Amino acid sequence: MANNGEKLFIKGNEAIARGAIAAGLKCYFGYPITPQNDIPEYMSAALPAVGGEFVQAESEIAAANMLIGAAACGVRSMSSSSSPGISLKQEAISYLAGSQLPTVIVNMNRGGPGLGDIGPSQGDYFQSVKGGGHGDYRLLVLAPGTCQEAYDLTIKAFDLAFKYRNPVMILGDAILGQMKEPVITWTPDEKDEKEGHDWRMCGAKGREGRILKSLFLSEGSLAAHNQMLQDKYTDMASYTQQEEYQIDDAELVVVAYGSIGRIVKSTIKKLRNEGHKVGLFRPITLYPFPSGDLKKLAEQGKKFLTIEHNLGQMVEDVRLSIRTITDSDFFGFLPGNLPTPDDFEGPILKSLGGK
Amino acid sequence: MSEQEIIAFDRADALVDVPTHYCPGCQHGVVQRLAGELLSEMDLTENTLLVTSIGCSVFLYNYLHVDSVEAPHGRAPAVATGVKRARADKFVLSYQGDGDLASIGMAEIMHCANRGENISIIFVNNTVYGMTGGQMAPTTMIGQKTTTSPAGRNAAKEGMPIRMAEIISQLGGTAFSARVAVNNVKNIRKAKKAMKKAFEVQQKELGFGFIELLATCPTNWRMTPIKANERIEEELIPYFPLGVFKDLTVEAED
Ligand SMILES: Cc1ncc(C[n+]2csc(CCOP(=O)(O)OP(=O)(O)O)c2C)c(N)n1
Ligand code: SF4
Repeated sequence: MANNGEKLFIKGNEAIARGAIAAGLKCYFGYPITPQNDIPEYMSAALPAVGGEFVQAESEIAAANMLIGAAACGVRSMSSSSSPGISLKQEAISYLAGSQLPTVIVNMNRGGPGLGDIGPSQGDYFQSVKGGGHGDYRLLVLAPGTCQEAYDLTIKAFDLAFKYRNPVMILGDAILGQMKEPVITWTPDEKDEKEGHDWRMCGAKGREGRILKSLFLSEGSLAAHNQMLQDKYTDMASYTQQEEYQIDDAELVVVAYGSIGRIVKSTIKKLRNEGHKVGLFRPITLYPFPSGDLKKLAEQGKKFLTIEHNLGQMVEDVRLSIRTITDSDFFGFLPGNLPTPDDFEGPILKSLGGK
Repeated sequence: MSEQEIIAFDRADALVDVPTHYCPGCQHGVVQRLAGELLSEMDLTENTLLVTSIGCSVFLYNYLHVDSVEAPHGRAPAVATGVKRARADKFVLSYQGDGDLASIGMAEIMHCANRGENISIIFVNNTVYGMTGGQMAPTTMIGQKTTTSPAGRNAAKEGMPIRMAEIISQLGGTAFSARVAVNNVKNIRKAKKAMKKAFEVQQKELGFGFIELLATCPTNWRMTPIKANERIEEELIPYFPLGVFKDLTVEAED
């Protein structure tokens, strides 16, 4: 990790944009939607300045399809949007996954369904980790909780995309996108310029033409393709990441991700000072989900509470992880309101004392 | 081969030696052959990145010796934009039918042309959705019976057939837009010339190159290939006039 160690005071959105450029981004395609406009705005000036291509597409649909073209050429490409825009990208995301094209897509989740509001929410968890488009596929989904993490994970996202030949989603929200924090920038060691050299389109010179596609009509060929994808997803499962805070002697483990995980951490700090044995498990990879580590905690006899900024989505994955041993309580903070650490105190104490 | 034998006609290098999946008399095959011949003659094969779309032409990637990527229905111009932005040094070619380009993909084609992307788009207008079984297309003629316009297309309810080559010629980024037909030898020759122009404007980096080809779908027109050819002459060409609607190379030569 070559470190040029500049310390900047920037928004989460800008941290993502800067991280992508540090990672060697070549093509960015986007369409304006709040609360992520800082990303295309930053890119429109910064990316051409380093020899990259910025296109404000005519729609999220077009932007996502431009990703297909650029990713097929084996260059580092990215798009960003927010919930309704991500819905429009889903058809292309399914094609990207089916054709095994590496790219990075950012979703600064806002409130929904429909037009909803522009405030933070975690309502797109299912759409992100279960495949919001058609067909059997998975995205790698990374959920930063701080601006520094947003920067670091964006760089990581490109490596993962190329490692697995799969789209990677960065799932944030309006809290992460709009808050300003100090970020220490760094640039990764030179990336492998041969990325994709054995599959990308670059002109069929002295070999057969390469076809990047998701259509498999002949008997059994789709089944074989799906098996190969399944093997890849199984392989991905070894790549999980989470933050564990005050967990060793905790009686109650609170599971929360992204901005909410961070706010819960403040609540837990306070409750710890008051002598309550509570800890935080903050998944950073939402797909693959850190099920194995959660299960280990369940085996130690801990109780669980899942807190989300939605009506209850990740809690299903928590329950799947620990289902043979125990269950998880759930507290859903309704999108349309902004939570503070105080909002979580009551639910945590209730779970700690209950059952 | 005896010494007297002269090869007058052969398969272009860019064309893969496999039978195609098209119905008898379908002119997708003619158009693809012309594309393959031009890639060979213009020495573009090894430099070409192809975007294929959804419709009967979807298997084009099996018939040309080039690298290719598959676009979702209608989105080929956006995919091609991504390809060209990533690899400006390559020749980028895309191929779409009328349902694909003029219906679901209307926004993508308009904005791609308007941005003046340096790519070439081959647009096969057979006035019907071929692959899905002959439903009405935006180019279906008034009175034409299809599986979703059983009484014939009705202008009052379904609008007029869309003339894409004319519309595309109006957009600022378009360098070349023409309509040709592949219904007889003379028109096929002209079609190849026009396609070559559409390819050349990309090579000269003048902007967007668009070529509309009137072609038959004998299966869904429920006609013999010969009757289908006659229909192009008698019914289609009067409404979809052949010609060049924009050509920046002419202005450039002035
Ligand atoms: C999003 C989406 N909608 C619908 C379809 C089904 N579909 C496949 S081909 C086609 C029509 C293609 O017609 P056209 O572009 O005219 O090409 P042709 O088959 O006539 O060559 C449709 C509607 C699809 N594949 N994807
Ligand atoms: S259905 Fe029509 S367009 Fe499709 S292959 Fe047959 S003749 Fe050609």
